[in-house]
Amino acid sequence: MIELDGVWRTFRVGESDVQALKGISLAFQAGEHAALIGPSGSGKSTLLHILGCLDRPTRGLYRFEGRDVGSLTEAERCRLRQNRIGFVFQFFHLLGRLTALGNVELPMLFAGVPRNERRSRAMKILEAVGLAPRAGHRPDQLSGGERQRVAIARAMVMAPSLLLADEPTGNLDRKAAAGVMELLEDMNRKGLTLVVVTHDPAIAQRAARVIRMDDGQIGGEPA
Amino acid sequence: MKASDLALFAGTALSGHRVRTALSLSGVAVGIAAVIALTALGQGAREYVVREFTAMGSHVLIVFPGKVETTGGGPIGGAPRDLTLEDFRAVVSRTPGIVAAAPLASGEETLRYGARNRAALILGTTAEFRQVRRVKMGAGSFLPRRDARQAGSEIVLGAKLARELFGPESPLGKVVRMGTWRFRVVGVMAPRGRAMGIDVDDVALAPIQTVMAAFNRTSLFRVFIEVRDKRLLPEVKERVTEMFRERHRAEDVTVITQDAMLSAFSDILNALTLALAGIASISLAVAGVGIMNVMLISVTERRSEIGLLKALGGTDRQVLLVFLAESGLLALMGGLAGLAVGLAAVALFTGLYPSFPASAPLWAVAASILLSLSVGIGFGLWPAWRATKLDPVRALTGR
Repeated sequence: MIELDGVWRTFRVGESDVQALKGISLAFQAGEHAALIGPSGSGKSTLLHILGCLDRPTRGLYRFEGRDVGSLTEAERCRLRQNRIGFVFQFFHLLGRLTALGNVELPMLFAGVPRNERRSRAMKILEAVGLAPRAGHRPDQLSGGERQRVAIARAMVMAPSLLLADEPTGNLDRKAAAGVMELLEDMNRKGLTLVVVTHDPAIAQRAARVIRMDDGQIGGEPA
Repeated sequence: MKASDLALFAGTALSGHRVRTALSLSGVAVGIAAVIALTALGQGAREYVVREFTAMGSHVLIVFPGKVETTGGGPIGGAPRDLTLEDFRAVVSRTPGIVAAAPLASGEETLRYGARNRAALILGTTAEFRQVRRVKMGAGSFLPRRDARQAGSEIVLGAKLARELFGPESPLGKVVRMGTWRFRVVGVMAPRGRAMGIDVDDVALAPIQTVMAAFNRTSLFRVFIEVRDKRLLPEVKERVTEMFRERHRAEDVTVITQDAMLSAFSDILNALTLALAGIASISLAVAGVGIMNVMLISVTERRSEIGLLKALGGTDRQVLLVFLAESGLLALMGGLAGLAVGLAAVALFTGLYPSFPASAPLWAVAASILLSLSVGIGFGLWPAWRATKLDPVRALTGR
């Protein structure tokens, strides 16, 4: 489903070039659950952004569902993000002025889904993450775990094939973290491809596949 | 993304910063209120003048001595020849199509009655003046009909002048003095207010021959000619001009139609209205810069939101529209508030001065809405464009 072949990503910092990714070659199967671990600055977030079509490789090939992402236009990559890829962030990135329901509706707003359908789909997915009773609450009225559930609902509302989670439990206590991971794994079991970036070995352990990154390269990948 | 969705989304963003929104909105409101109020006054002034002119009869020719040069350069050969009472009689009696014609001479002098005295503008004319200038009488009668060359001792007073000279006493039949001249008051005009720059309530009318003698005038100040039909105006104007040319052997009088004066005034006041609107819209430009500032702050503050919108599949175009909708909505709300304030100010003004027909022209109302919207979109363009240029990765990670 996903193929990376010799992917480099170079950032220009001041006068010098910094290589965040150095020739990554990697493949993910549909429905896989993988964890990306490694020290900070090892390039795991950069890799995640490239996987999410938010960033493009400086060099090398990235194929998503058979399409060469590097050759797609900005609009086509937007469509991929809109329909095929969901994001979950460490800091939730919920809009504080919108209710939980409003936040979940947001991707559908850009996709041009009619208002009534937006509402019913958002409600359905909030139910699925167990937050239907909190639909009318604003993020500051929700606990950390609840916020991340809203964010997951938002990521899933367009029914993507790939969910990218960047430290999804980094801001949660142990109990809330376990709940969030269970939710993600449940969706994975239903066929969603899940890639989780994490610092936490306990979270990484839960994945079927752990990819260790170091200095822009893939280190030991236990089979 | 539908327009209603955009507007709703922009609305939630604006309601998140109520004070900031209210302040930048009021900038636009002040600008639009100024445009509305000033154009209403300008338009009111125009309508006032038009009304005054029409009240005096619209098919009137006005003759005055001296040639108005339209080709540049002053009149050659010094002062123009006098426009005499003889000229007036000759021209009027031999021009067909005239309903009434009145000569006018003027001077300023003190009128006395008993111990009271008062300086006033004395206009010398004939009985026809009443018809030509649509004079309404408050009491008594107008100047009697007689040959213009005959002197007379009748005087007609303006309402205010009569009140100030006579107080509660009836002026009719009383004798007022002007230097060594004595006049008998035969009538008082109905109050009318200012017309053509003269306070009609503050003048006195007396027989032309006597006024010219009293002030030692040889030339008339004006001749008013009312034509039977509006369509005859050009013909009569031509004929009158021709006769003066023959009598004076030079073209040294100016004949204008009241319509021409009216349209000249109207043009001037229209230009004035536009100029006022232009000046008022400068404040809109200032308000626009305010909006731009607020939107720039908003874009900077909401970097992570912009990154998120892009991560969720929002295109650059949609992000641009989100911010444009916000600045547009901001300005539009300001415009509507300004419209309300402006119209209220105009209503207050007309309440205080009912005789002045100030009202905001429809084009100004329509323009103010369009103007505020375009201020919002125009000045919001650059901040919105900056939002689209944000790299989503950097915006999301706060780098």
